[in-house]
Amino acid sequence: MPIFRLEIENRPHVPDALGVRTERQLADWLGAKTRVRTRKVFLCDVDISADEAQRFLDAITDPVIESSALGVLPDDTSAGVPWILTVSFAPGVTDTVGKTAKTAAEDVLGRTLSGQVYSATMYFLWGFEAQSEVERAAAEVLHNPLIQKIRLEKPPRILDLTIPRAGASIPPNVQTISLDSLDDKALETLSKERLLALDLVEMQAVRAYFAAEKRDPTDAELECIAQTWSEHCKHKIFNAPIDYVGPDGESQSITRGLFKTYIVGATDAVRQDRQTQGLDADGEFLVSVFSDNAGVVRFTERDHLVYKVETHNSPSALDPYGGAMTGIVGVNRDSFGCGLGADLLANIWGYCFGPPDYAKKLPKGLMRPRRIRDGVHHGVIDGGNQSGLPYLRGFELYDDRYVGKPLVYCGTVAAMPTMVGGKPTHEKYTAVGDHIVMIGGRVGKDGIHGATFSSVELNEDSPVQAVQIGDPITQKMMFDMLTEARDAGLYSGMTDNGAGGLSSSIGEMSEATGGAEVDLSRVPLKYPGLLPWEILVSEAQERMTVAVPEEKLETFMALAARREVEATVIGRFTQSGRLVVTYGDKNVCDLKLEFLHGGLPKTTRKASWNPPVRQEMTRSERLSHFSSQSMEMWILQMLARPNVRSDDRYSRHYDHEVKGLSVIKPHVGVNRNVPATATVMRVRIGRDEGVVLGEGIHPYYSDVDAREMALACVDEGVRRVLCAGARIDRMAALDNFCWPDPIESKSTPDGAHKLAQLVRTCQGLYDACKAYGLPLISGKDSMKNDAVLDGVKISVPPTLLLSVMGQMTNVRNALSLVPRTVGDVLYVLGETRNEMGGSECERLFGRPMAQVPKTDVERNAKRYHAFAKAHEAGLIRSAHAVGRGGLAVALTHLALASDLGIQVDLDDVGRGLDSPEAFLALFSESTGRILLTVRPEDTNTIEASLEAHGLIRLGEIKAPRDGRGYLHLTVAHLTVVNLGAAELQRAFQEQSHGD
Amino acid sequence: MAIEKRDVRVLVLTGYGLNCEVETAAGFSRAGASVESKHLHDVLDNANAKDVLADYQILAFVGGFSFGDHIQSGRVYANRLRFRLGEALGRFVDDGGLALGICNGFQTLVCLGLLPALGRKTGTGLAPQSAALVHNDRLGYFDTWVNLLVDAESPCVWTRGLPRTLELPSRHGEGKLLFRDEETRNAIVAGHLIPVRYADGAGNPTEVWPANPNGSPDGAAGLCDVTGRVFGLMPHPDAFLDPENHPDWIKRRDAGVPGFGLQDAGLGQAIFDAGVRAVVK
Repeated sequence: MPIFRLEIENRPHVPDALGVRTERQLADWLGAKTRVRTRKVFLCDVDISADEAQRFLDAITDPVIESSALGVLPDDTSAGVPWILTVSFAPGVTDTVGKTAKTAAEDVLGRTLSGQVYSATMYFLWGFEAQSEVERAAAEVLHNPLIQKIRLEKPPRILDLTIPRAGASIPPNVQTISLDSLDDKALETLSKERLLALDLVEMQAVRAYFAAEKRDPTDAELECIAQTWSEHCKHKIFNAPIDYVGPDGESQSITRGLFKTYIVGATDAVRQDRQTQGLDADGEFLVSVFSDNAGVVRFTERDHLVYKVETHNSPSALDPYGGAMTGIVGVNRDSFGCGLGADLLANIWGYCFGPPDYAKKLPKGLMRPRRIRDGVHHGVIDGGNQSGLPYLRGFELYDDRYVGKPLVYCGTVAAMPTMVGGKPTHEKYTAVGDHIVMIGGRVGKDGIHGATFSSVELNEDSPVQAVQIGDPITQKMMFDMLTEARDAGLYSGMTDNGAGGLSSSIGEMSEATGGAEVDLSRVPLKYPGLLPWEILVSEAQERMTVAVPEEKLETFMALAARREVEATVIGRFTQSGRLVVTYGDKNVCDLKLEFLHGGLPKTTRKASWNPPVRQEMTRSERLSHFSSQSMEMWILQMLARPNVRSDDRYSRHYDHEVKGLSVIKPHVGVNRNVPATATVMRVRIGRDEGVVLGEGIHPYYSDVDAREMALACVDEGVRRVLCAGARIDRMAALDNFCWPDPIESKSTPDGAHKLAQLVRTCQGLYDACKAYGLPLISGKDSMKNDAVLDGVKISVPPTLLLSVMGQMTNVRNALSLVPRTVGDVLYVLGETRNEMGGSECERLFGRPMAQVPKTDVERNAKRYHAFAKAHEAGLIRSAHAVGRGGLAVALTHLALASDLGIQVDLDDVGRGLDSPEAFLALFSESTGRILLTVRPEDTNTIEASLEAHGLIRLGEIKAPRDGRGYLHLTVAHLTVVNLGAAELQRAFQEQSHGD
Repeated sequence: MAIEKRDVRVLVLTGYGLNCEVETAAGFSRAGASVESKHLHDVLDNANAKDVLADYQILAFVGGFSFGDHIQSGRVYANRLRFRLGEALGRFVDDGGLALGICNGFQTLVCLGLLPALGRKTGTGLAPQSAALVHNDRLGYFDTWVNLLVDAESPCVWTRGLPRTLELPSRHGEGKLLFRDEETRNAIVAGHLIPVRYADGAGNPTEVWPANPNGSPDGAAGLCDVTGRVFGLMPHPDAFLDPENHPDWIKRRDAGVPGFGLQDAGLGQAIFDAGVRAVVK
């Protein structure tokens, strides 16, 4: 059939916003002065005539602002001859716009079409002289060669009808691979070459299994085992027995592994304490933990709350936009697919990047941190907004060690109706004989080996096909349809097709009945030419696997058809004890579930504490460095640091408001640019209960002591949600570990120490969670965050993100950090000590400093109970957690957010500190501290109830000066800082807006 | 014939990536109307029945990303409506029906020619498109609260009785309102068919970012037809149904500002109330 090319552009007098943005990006990133216009292109490889193509074009051209042509539009050369750069997708890459265009064509023509429509973008670039300059712009700004193709030309051009048609006509063959004849070395080579990411012991276990079965494995079986046993899916490091030697030489055998001992252990301990204290009178708080895609806790009589945070680091390193977008839409599926299904409520994100102004030479194969930052933000912005979800929390942290692999955290909160169809929603009811239905997107080569790829370091050979691109609208339509099906009771179970694809989702679900059989020839493909093993492990996005009972099948399939959601029966659940996969009549895979899920051998790992020596500043060095400039200069420099300054350059592009439930938004204050201590959201329209979110992340403390890092993370997360008014008896948390490879090897000589850091983090996590009554309900570990490129190894610092979800009975009692009224009295609750180790000040100075913050969780727990009680009594007017950058930053937040005068006397804070008192008082990052304001008439009451917990009066809220707020700090009645809001604001606000 | 609020029937169209149906339906429910949310497919299934829309007095086009806003925002969804429900929509307006389009719904109404529909004659189905909502001057989705100046002289029934200014959340990537030609613009301005304009701190219409998040000329944030019954706007009254949605609600409540009391509805509710009131008369 003929191919038609359609070109659409804005008329000359209509601005071209994409062109303008591209001009600015080229100027910012390359210093290029250009003029840019853009054009949309569609290539129609569908069964239509030229007349029909014209009708379609007319229907999608805006008659008010656009011009279009079937074929080519005339190219404007009146103001010079432009370079014309056309960016289109590589074959097989998800093209959501092309997909919608085909739907649009079908609507116009009133019939179903076969074939595909492909989209592309043309850039007309004026101002580049040499072709090499345009090529550089194409490479560094305008396209990503991993997923896109470019064509560079000058007018006059010929009609280009090249389409990225994917696929090949190869037979769906299944290969068998003989393991019997392979020695150990050959086994390791096989694992490496096929990207199985299995070590020798594991390969030997596979060989032994097939020897006992008296046959050779198929390619699909090896792949299926590799996905199921991947670090990503099996959390091998967290489950391994560990021989640990600690800082004082004490040794310990952690035989049950870190996950069971410390993570599940903490939750079990909290569960027990709750029972003892009678906190679960309304029903057990922990509804479903560690057993499903996300954690579930009790909320109201009508709803439970669901929460999950994921990481999507490796894909985001290769394709920041697509990788991050799949991160957010992927974690949406986790929370959605929990139990019989939940209603999605809000997203969170957090990124650890190389510094945005990173100017050092980059190893080959890495993108500039600013480009990764830009792509990651836009991916999560598009994925989240198009899914109709607001974001509640967001943060960015920077360090040179994140240049190799960025950390991209994405999370989703959902509300799960407690019951549907008379059954508890948090359980699944999959039974023998239920049909296995794949629903949502089609399968392509995208995302093959994602699970195993994320379980190895990033290097020059990293597989291109590991990159997926999300299609949030296909997913949204699937979610809408499945929600209808859930409420009508049309299925008995479901799970997400994430890492490992069908092999994982069916493998997982088949455990419920004890078997499954699947025919891969039924699976709908994006294009022909996939081998059976590829279909089995592809991580193509937007798919769920659903179990549908026989008697509901017809209704379920009819509903899917009505909602234009593709659903296909691909097999049935059995009780054979085996996962049996065929392609038509060909055997593809036939594995014992017992082996698949339980056959992974455990290797005992070694951990021993052996930290590198830090050259910490001496007292006199610190004093002389500090005296080199004024306190005001130090504060302004601190505010401008990327880790501290306002992050609203990008965050304003995320939806804050959809669903109409927001109460305390991600940014607060008169200019709405101060990051909220914690955020609050209603859960259902018309109800007053709310969910409260906060988090703690302090990777820098792990440079000194990973245990203190864990304590600080838990402490800050808890403190944040309490500051917003959360109930102290209804908090739950998620742990997300992002670690450098902690297994000692030739390429990781310090593996034993990194594993010891992990052990100490888990021990700290346990202690803090138990003390604070904080159960861990779900989590994720990503253990290979290293990049080896050009012979250079870059590893992330051990990073724990601790996300806390709190609850409120009535959101009208929510608090923010913003001081409310002139005359209110300002206090800090909790002691400030000389604790500068790992602080933001340390990085500002550029030299290690002494003493990482130490957290006394027992004492803090008592303090927080007293604080929560004071809030319940209505005494607290505003509250803010003191965190990164210490009191200097927290007090500035108060001044900027309120635009009132913050008048503080530091004498009592600094008492007992090494001199100069004011400096340590302002920049120490001692944990456990809350800034709070109180009405003047309540000071006696608050002092009586909180004095024992370290309450110190700082000063009071003053009227603005010349209409603006200010920060005025004194020591011994002498002014040490006197800064107006305008000056503070200039330092705090990242320059440049709107991209 | 006098009807009561509960007799006012509202149809909220859903599906294909739209996502504000729950809060929009809540706005109409709280205004006292009877609301049905229906997937567009289920409406089109019965599109051949003559009266598929005749049971309703109000049609709501909600916000979201219909078909991902791929190709152009609202375009694909509007085409589907035009091809399969065009005549019924024309008849609905001819018969005195009201329509509200918010954000993506506004873009859809414009693509459909239901706004501004200047010179459209009764019984002629949908008018050709004569306005467009194009990319914000600063490309990309942007979330901010805006201050709207309400034109008291507008025939728009949805803004009748509103205070002089109204704050609402705004969040979109394509909200700059352009017209086919100057003649159309002049007729629109003369007819007071722009019921709401982005305003600066002093309450004057503005084209300056971020008070005007998209660069819309003359600050135009919405548009109505000459009957005043069909109204579309970019900002979201549906996301301000409770006072606590406002970024400064604590401060305003402390200060006793009207509309921020414990028993008050959010100020965005006023638009839904006005629409339902206009049907009841």
